[in-house]
Amino acid sequence: MSSPSLADSDGTAATPWLRYLALTVVALVMLYPLFWLVGASFKSNREIFTEVGFWPSRFDFGAYAKGWKTSTEYTFATYFLNSFLITIPRIIVTVISCVFVAYAFARFEFWGKKLLFSIMVGTMMLPLIVLRLPQYLVFRDLGWLDSYLPLIVPSAFATDTFFIFMLVQFLRGIPRDMEEAAQIDGCNALQLLWHIIVPLLKPAIVSVIVFQFIWTMNDFMGPLIYLASVEKYPVSLALKMSIGATEEVEWANVIAISVVALIPSVAVFFAAQRHFIEGATSSGVKG
Amino acid sequence: MARLSLKTIEKVYPNGFKAVHGVDLEVRDGEFMVFVGPSGCAKSTLLRMVAGLESITSGEMFIGDKQVNQLAPKQRGIAMVFQNYALYPHMTVFENLAFGLKLAKTPKAEVEQRVRHAATLLEMEHLLDRYPKQLSGGQAQRVAVGRAIVKKPEVFLFDEPLSNLDAKLRAAMRVRLTELHRTLRDSGQAATVIYVTHDQVEAMTMGERICVLKDGVIQQVDTPTMLYEHPANAFVASFIGSPEMNIVQAELKNETGELVILLEGQRLTVSAAKRAVFAGQQGAVKFGMRPEHISANPRIEGDTVPLHGTLRFMEYMGSEVFVHFNAGSLPLVARLAADQLQDLQSKTRGDAHTFHVQMQRCHLFDATTGLNLSRHPS
Repeated sequence: MSSPSLADSDGTAATPWLRYLALTVVALVMLYPLFWLVGASFKSNREIFTEVGFWPSRFDFGAYAKGWKTSTEYTFATYFLNSFLITIPRIIVTVISCVFVAYAFARFEFWGKKLLFSIMVGTMMLPLIVLRLPQYLVFRDLGWLDSYLPLIVPSAFATDTFFIFMLVQFLRGIPRDMEEAAQIDGCNALQLLWHIIVPLLKPAIVSVIVFQFIWTMNDFMGPLIYLASVEKYPVSLALKMSIGATEEVEWANVIAISVVALIPSVAVFFAAQRHFIEGATSSGVKG
Repeated sequence: MARLSLKTIEKVYPNGFKAVHGVDLEVRDGEFMVFVGPSGCAKSTLLRMVAGLESITSGEMFIGDKQVNQLAPKQRGIAMVFQNYALYPHMTVFENLAFGLKLAKTPKAEVEQRVRHAATLLEMEHLLDRYPKQLSGGQAQRVAVGRAIVKKPEVFLFDEPLSNLDAKLRAAMRVRLTELHRTLRDSGQAATVIYVTHDQVEAMTMGERICVLKDGVIQQVDTPTMLYEHPANAFVASFIGSPEMNIVQAELKNETGELVILLEGQRLTVSAAKRAVFAGQQGAVKFGMRPEHISANPRIEGDTVPLHGTLRFMEYMGSEVFVHFNAGSLPLVARLAADQLQDLQSKTRGDAHTFHVQMQRCHLFDATTGLNLSRHPS
């Protein structure tokens, strides 16, 4: 928290608690929907639509059990597994491809580098929706429909330009001395990448992993377009399915499973949080 | 053999800027050579060209008998210590030292032995398990030097290695590095050193020979004493020495068998010893005089000449005092021992005082080219 140091800097003793109060109020407003979501998972349909407060009248985990089972022949365990089958390979190929491309952009001089980089940045401005149709046609011709390949393979070609941009910026901030020292120590370009750059890039790579994890877990459009068989559905699609499956929606079940679906992303974020903070400050270069 | 020779080395950047102009230099086996010069004089560029981190536009470079122009840094038999230390932050000190050896697939036992040896030499055995961020500036500097030593290179390259340390530590490390060089050389290990610095004190105290550079051109390569006493030109004269040599516009006149220097109307007679050196010269010159050769009182043994000045201010350095004064409009500095101030002590800004100049120590430089007239009689 930066608040104490802020209080110190202006030298007033009375304001810190006011500042904390203001922050707490804003934080509560921001987090209220989340609290409500957790509370509502214990409520009946009637209670959800009539009660204002988020505190349920009883704690019944029945909704979690029912939601987990789903109305299909598969439990949410299958859908979670599916989500991981998409997310984990995608993260791996994303990290590998983006680090290579960023390394090239940040450290090598080659013909057309500036043009390529500006094209890459340009694609960041492109609304992804315009790519959906041509991509669909390509993947259909490749016979990849109803498989996870269309969701994973594009990332192996460093198409997640935001990550490349982020890594390039991070690399530009790292002094080259260490790489030159490593060159003199006998590293070739690949050894340099593996032994020196990748460890230095760790905080940025962790960010890539976290973002890609959360975005892929939450991706709804991609799986909706490419996956047809229910047994291959990831959590995002399964959640939607649980809403439309019966005439009368048991909202508590849907909400309960939404809460469960949040857990992986939140867990990954908190596990990685430490590495966000640790960064260039820990580098061995002084001056 | 770790002789290093540069033959008409040039560096031109892609934007057309010529940083290094035809440098010819021989560094002897085992020699401690210092490159010194102001910022932007291309001393670091030249060092990086030796290291293989910058390409050579033209000319030839030899390490030993091997031409290295096209060789990668690792094939040149060099090790380099960087200004920022450039330690690998994710490795312990031991791993930092061993990294190069591991890449070269050196047997484990030998890696261990060489790292321990370097650590002992630099008194840092207790630091081996630490990470760079847990080291102080001086310790990090020693690790950086250690990393160079373990490689047993033919040539050590130092790129302003002490400039990030505080003054006290810098003085200590200066002695340490000089001793280390002599130790390595005495033990029979190749220990040719090229040391880049912008600090002339470092250059004078550490270098066996010094190469003074300006704008990518070598000005003079010589021993510290020779540079100090016989500078090749006005630039070297003013760059080496602190406070720097007084260099002012003057006129050299031949008056009935006597050589006289006119300093804004004041006449300074050139001593008999120097007269032969400057014989035949006339006209506008640059007159150079080191501050320690100007005294407050006439010297008994030397042939000093009086020079009238107006006091500006004094800088007390403890054992000595730098006295700034004007001779006419020309600003000059005298370096006096604190116990020889005498009546100067009671004088204040604007007061007149007669200083005494040791004319047998004067230097004359060409008014346009700056070349030392006593070394290059035309």
